[in-house]
Amino acid sequence: MALLDVKDLSITFGGLHAVEEFSLSIEKGQLYGLIGPNGAGKTTVFNLLTGVYKPTQGSIILDGRDITAHSTEEINKDGIARTFQNIRLFHKLSVIDNVKTALHREFEYSTFEAMFHCGRYASVEREMEKKAIEILKVFSLDTVSSILSSNLPYGQQRKLEIARAMATGPKILLLDEPAAGMNPNETAELMETISLIRDRFGITILLIEHDMKLVSGICEHLTVLNFGKILAEGDTKEVLSDPEVIRAYLGDDE
Amino acid sequence: MKKKINISKTSSQRLITYGMVIAAWIILEIFLHTGLMSSHLEGLLVPMAYYAIVAVGLNLCVGILGELSLGHAGFMCVGAFSSALFSLLTVGKIPDGLRFILALFVGVLFSALVGFLVGIPVLRLNGDYLAIVTLAFGEIIKNIINALYLGVDSKGVHVSFESLMALNMEPEGTVLINGAMGVTGTPHDANFTIAVILLLFALVIVQNFIDSKDGRAVMSIRDNRIAAESIGIPVTSYKMLAFTISAAVAGMAGVVFSHNIATLQSTSQYFGYNVSIMILVYVVLGGIGSIRGSVIAASVLYLLPELLRGLNKYRMLIYSVVLIAVMIVNWAPGVIEKRTEFFDRIRKGIKNGAA
Ligand SMILES: Nc1ncnc2c1ncn2[C@@H]1O[C@H](COP(=O)(O)OP(=O)(O)O)[C@@H](O)[C@H]1O
Ligand SMILES: [Mg+2]
Repeated sequence: MALLDVKDLSITFGGLHAVEEFSLSIEKGQLYGLIGPNGAGKTTVFNLLTGVYKPTQGSIILDGRDITAHSTEEINKDGIARTFQNIRLFHKLSVIDNVKTALHREFEYSTFEAMFHCGRYASVEREMEKKAIEILKVFSLDTVSSILSSNLPYGQQRKLEIARAMATGPKILLLDEPAAGMNPNETAELMETISLIRDRFGITILLIEHDMKLVSGICEHLTVLNFGKILAEGDTKEVLSDPEVIRAYLGDDE
Repeated sequence: MKKKINISKTSSQRLITYGMVIAAWIILEIFLHTGLMSSHLEGLLVPMAYYAIVAVGLNLCVGILGELSLGHAGFMCVGAFSSALFSLLTVGKIPDGLRFILALFVGVLFSALVGFLVGIPVLRLNGDYLAIVTLAFGEIIKNIINALYLGVDSKGVHVSFESLMALNMEPEGTVLINGAMGVTGTPHDANFTIAVILLLFALVIVQNFIDSKDGRAVMSIRDNRIAAESIGIPVTSYKMLAFTISAAVAGMAGVVFSHNIATLQSTSQYFGYNVSIMILVYVVLGGIGSIRGSVIAASVLYLLPELLRGLNKYRMLIYSVVLIAVMIVNWAPGVIEKRTEFFDRIRKGIKNGAA
């Protein structure tokens, strides 16, 4: 059984069919690419999967459970975490606090203990700190843990967003153009990190990428979206040699 | 090997705030007891402390939660009246100290409850609706209490919005709220020292809260609600929690207020929107999100215009210069940087000196 099973997902914005009958099936442990030209509806798919938008039709099954009607907050608890195309960090919090915030479900103490720093507070905070540092280390962010997140260079901000998503302990991670705005060096390094977290944590990743060359390096499977509809899907090599896919990209990427 | 005492930067910051308040209290107490303080200034001490308490509470709402409230004087009003009524009804029946502690509970509980109820319809919405709703709430609660006549006798509670006569009380019954004349006879339980203790208590609660998983969750909503939802933060509950605590702290200030005044009246002078805005000015000028800044700004900006009364025509001039100076110190990025550098250097100096 697939980990994520999406069927016939559709949404319209005032007559615009942003996503139409989108289906997707991702197995556990896959690194799956969702590509397509600008405005194809990729981000909208993420917003549908995470409950930001409610689909007008279709269903989302995660690990055998129908989560179509769940709220964003519930969907994270169900096991989907994401990053954003336009970075959304908690900009007035430090790097480590961004990650600690995302650990809120795993570590528990009461509001009373929070207000008086008594009971479990000290020990739980210590554990939380340890776990957060561990996560930051994966992204080589542990050395900048006390900096304000908005003061990080752009590339590290993108990494921190992934670290924060990972901290919620998801079954599947959705990355929306994680390399956008990065230079080739940063991009190569990031792609390495993404492969690494997949291998190390056995996590399933769905990756949006605008640049075809980029995904071909790390994704085994692809779905190509164009004007809200699926243009092609399957094995990366086959999809990328599909003449229709090439045409869609040439039309856009001149 | 030497054992290292591990005090994190945030907790040492908290300690500095407490130390500052205690130092100010000691100095003012010395002035008080050596007779160096004018009776005019003496009368300003308790109000200074309760405005500092409200400012701390309001900063939790404005600076940490990121929601604007223009009705915190209203929560103060709820705390003041609910606790005053409790004290009136129990005076002579419960020992003084215990009665005040219970009155404190009553005032805090009622203002928290009212804060919760005001929050329910507003905080589930995304947008700046809280400001307008709290503004209306503050004015409504003030005017309702101002028009309220309340009394008890052997037949029970009597309520009227018309007149004292309309209460139809037995002659030996007690009038609790006499309309616009307000509440008289509340025991004078609060003094400057108690007000300072409560300020410290408010600081402990609010500063600890900020430095906890709950506080981080609240700040994450302030910084980016969509991202907070995406990591599973229950946004509405945390907004309600922060706002309720904020209202409760304002209510606590109200308890000090009502137990330090001979006649408690629900007038604009004490509980109107102008008071809410004055406290907001303290919070903004003290630095949004800086709890210590709120305490300093509330104290200085409350005392200053009162102390400058003697200077008559220059009073407002000096006051506005101070306002601008405070704003520069707390808001200009360059100054903030220099200030942080300066204090870091001092901290390092202390550390080296101690080692
Ligand atoms: N909230 C919205 N309201 C109206 N139109 C939207 C909204 N979100 C996305 N769209 C439209 O849907 C289309 C797909 O957008 P998007 O999913 O962001 O594309 P991509 O991520 O593939 O570049 C675009 O035409 C965009 O303008
Ligand atoms: Mg997009």
